[in-house]
Amino acid sequence: MDDSRPIYLQIAEQLEDDIVEGRLPEESQIPSTNELAAFLRINPATAGKGVGLLVDQGILYKKRGIGMFVADGARARLVAQRRERFREQYLAPLLAEAQKLGIAPAQLAAMIQETAR
Amino acid sequence: MSVIRVQNLSKRYGRSSGAVQAVAEASFTLDENRIHGLLGRNGAGKTTLMQLLTGQEFADHGTIEIFGENPVENARVLDRVCFIKESQRYPDDFRVHHVLSTAPRFFADWDADFADELVERFRVPVKRRMKKLSRGQLSAVGVIVGLASRAPLTFFDEPYLGLDAVARQLFYDVLLADYSEHPRTVVLSTHLIDEVSNLLEHVLVIDEGRIVIDADADELRGSAIDVVGTRTTVEAFTAGREVLHRAHLGSLATATIAGLDEAGRAEARAAGLELEPVSLQQLVVRTTGDTPGGPADRTNGGRA
Repeated sequence: MDDSRPIYLQIAEQLEDDIVEGRLPEESQIPSTNELAAFLRINPATAGKGVGLLVDQGILYKKRGIGMFVADGARARLVAQRRERFREQYLAPLLAEAQKLGIAPAQLAAMIQETAR
Repeated sequence: MSVIRVQNLSKRYGRSSGAVQAVAEASFTLDENRIHGLLGRNGAGKTTLMQLLTGQEFADHGTIEIFGENPVENARVLDRVCFIKESQRYPDDFRVHHVLSTAPRFFADWDADFADELVERFRVPVKRRMKKLSRGQLSAVGVIVGLASRAPLTFFDEPYLGLDAVARQLFYDVLLADYSEHPRTVVLSTHLIDEVSNLLEHVLVIDEGRIVIDADADELRGSAIDVVGTRTTVEAFTAGREVLHRAHLGSLATATIAGLDEAGRAEARAAGLELEPVSLQQLVVRTTGDTPGGPADRTNGGRA
């Protein structure tokens, strides 16, 4: 766990990652709060708070007496959210560093093309 | 619902010049079915506070309610409390199995099968005399009693002395798993903060008898941050902000700042400062570390 942010947010992000990358497919059951707590060695209430955050956003839903499941369409929604954040989270720091090193945006674009190949 | 409610609690040991104010005007409440951390340096007042809460010491003044009642000589309260002390004494001829066989008399919810399982996992020699046990084995017996008692309110006072890293991790894992299955209120006193910070839901930090932090663990996480950079930049940035701690090396400086919001963080980055997270342990160290007037103030908190 990273010390700079609340654990429940990190739990929510890990679950989001698992959904985006297909490790938790839509309509599949996620681990229980107690399983998450034991596996990650964190307080179960904290794990529950992270799961609750995704329930509030409609990414997960509860089947009474059974457990938590990934909602239909959750992956597409998470991908859309992340695309929106991509610019500020990844492009802004990349451009700032490039500027420090005297790499012009056009050069940067060429480097990206080259590396992606 | 709160299980523990404390108002203006004070306890002083000794008289006049050599007196120690072990607990000073402490007020707090602890909610039911949570794992609370009681953190602080050696001699900060952790043990005294737990002795007061379990009716083993008398307060100078202030009130304590445990399950809504005063705990002193009150069986209705004490029957639901388990206190695992750092240095528990046992009758001279007691062996480990005697401890385990008498425990059900004290703890209504005692789970003998669970205790047996833990004896195996902690590799405690059940036939050995208590006074022949190593420090680690003695601690393991305490941990086993504390867990298998399933008491609605369980105190662990630095329960890990002499336990190796493997046994401590086993304790934390079993505590989490059993707490998940059988929710109850746990108060864990420790100075190995990094080891337990993820287990805690709520944190009390005591320093020289005073409660200096009373907050949700997740709220504290990220509440303080280190800014690192040249001394002039750090000084300019920290002017007018709450600084918990400062250090410098030549022309470089570090300042720990409380409650820096996202805008403040962006401002720090724009000024060319590096931001580094502060762990719960570092936060406690910086809140309770040696401050001007620290130890000398130890005896000044008494009753007027």
